[in-house]
Amino acid sequence: MLFYVFAAVAVISSLLVIAQRNPIYSVLLLIASFGALSGLYVLLDAPFVAVIQIIVYAGAIMVLFLFVVMLLNAPHEETEYDERVHPLMHPATMRFGAFLAVVLIVELVWALTRAGSDSTAFPDAVSSVKVIGVLLFTEYSFPFEVTSVLILVAMVGAVVLARREAR
Amino acid sequence: MTLLLFAQIVLTLFVFVMLLNSAAVMVYVERKVAAYLQQRLGPYRVGWQGVLQPLADIIKLLFKEELRPKAADAFLFALAPIIAATCAFAAFAVVPFGAETTLGGWLPEGLRLQVADVNVAVLVVFAIASMSVYGIVLAGWSSNSKYSLLGGLRSSAQMISYELSYGLALASVLLLGESMSLTEIVNQQSGAWYGFIPRWFAFVQPVGFLIYMIAGVAETNRAPFDFPEAEQELVAGYHTEYSSMKFAMFFLAEYVNMVTVSAVATDLFLGGWHGPFLPESLGWIWFLVKVGAILFFYVWMRWTLPRYRYDQLMLFGWKVLLPVAVINLLVTAAAVLYFGL
Repeated sequence: MLFYVFAAVAVISSLLVIAQRNPIYSVLLLIASFGALSGLYVLLDAPFVAVIQIIVYAGAIMVLFLFVVMLLNAPHEETEYDERVHPLMHPATMRFGAFLAVVLIVELVWALTRAGSDSTAFPDAVSSVKVIGVLLFTEYSFPFEVTSVLILVAMVGAVVLARREAR
Repeated sequence: MTLLLFAQIVLTLFVFVMLLNSAAVMVYVERKVAAYLQQRLGPYRVGWQGVLQPLADIIKLLFKEELRPKAADAFLFALAPIIAATCAFAAFAVVPFGAETTLGGWLPEGLRLQVADVNVAVLVVFAIASMSVYGIVLAGWSSNSKYSLLGGLRSSAQMISYELSYGLALASVLLLGESMSLTEIVNQQSGAWYGFIPRWFAFVQPVGFLIYMIAGVAETNRAPFDFPEAEQELVAGYHTEYSSMKFAMFFLAEYVNMVTVSAVATDLFLGGWHGPFLPESLGWIWFLVKVGAILFFYVWMRWTLPRYRYDQLMLFGWKVLLPVAVINLLVTAAAVLYFGL
């Protein structure tokens, strides 16, 4: 029962994120979506993952998003095409987006059909902080380190871009 | 409905009402202490020694006209105080404030004096603290006024900066307590060294305690870090445009946040409800005393220290507090690993 509530909130707010014109509302809806996801983690008996989800995504990253949106005072998104024409009828840049959407849906269907009953395989593993820590620093240490380097690269990139503009 | 469930519901309501009351009490304490620190009498006309002053304040706030700027974003303008107050109350849900009790044999099983026993309680407190930024930021933005916006932006920058040190101070206690449950951590601090020094983590972790207290002041936007509402520069910061009960919600949130930060500090560093002289079942008295002492310290500090300059705040947060917190965490981790403290 609770699952459907959280799932509905997550899906609907995620849809509204892209349907919104006002970027501030988009950010807030994304936070709501993260909150619902965190509720789903709690239902999966993984309170640690749920809280981390809130701290990292809803708490830290989205604050920065909101900060940037507010600082730039981003206006309501301007559309470059005639709004009276249905978006799907508009051929210009929409085709690529539609193509990506189809690819995404195919991937999603593929993943969902493959997942099946695996989800109950390790409920204990995700619930314990210790298990997560040990797994992260032994079995998954390479992906973990690679991810941190990736984030570092993104940071350096952002600084380089920002400095170039200042000159 | 079992008796235990009923007791739990009553306890939840009780905590809620007591938090509301604590805000009222803190308003009175704040005004009285401020007055005495400045050699004034403070409120003394409403009730005995002015103890009914908070009630008068509430009535005044209730009957004030509610204003909303024309250019404000109506929905977010109403949502912001709700977020602020909700986050303030939610955080206290995982804070234990007394040992298990059967209320003198009334209940078949022991009842934990805590609304929700979560095994990652420390992180929940941290998560909700990080969510409470939204109330302030949104209030600043949705008011559509430059003072509000500046207040909101400052506040988000400040809270993000100090959240890191706050989290690292929490982490160093987690290492010592080897648990994320506040109840566990409190129980590890029972007893005393050499019979007279209480086993508080504040003594093992003095730097962590200091960092927690400083970051806690910044998190609750209190003086000397009350930049979001620096009245000389920003009128009233993020709540400049708020009036009546919406303003009262922010006011309430600030005091409840203070209580929560103090309660968490008590649980993490000052041994929670453990103390001499009293039996374990009356431990909540010790808890109240400790929380009260920290709250008094907050008020005392507010009326003693002048406000920092904004760049000083940022400099201090990033270049002093954060490095110290990181080093403290590393040293603690090494000590736990090699000496098994």
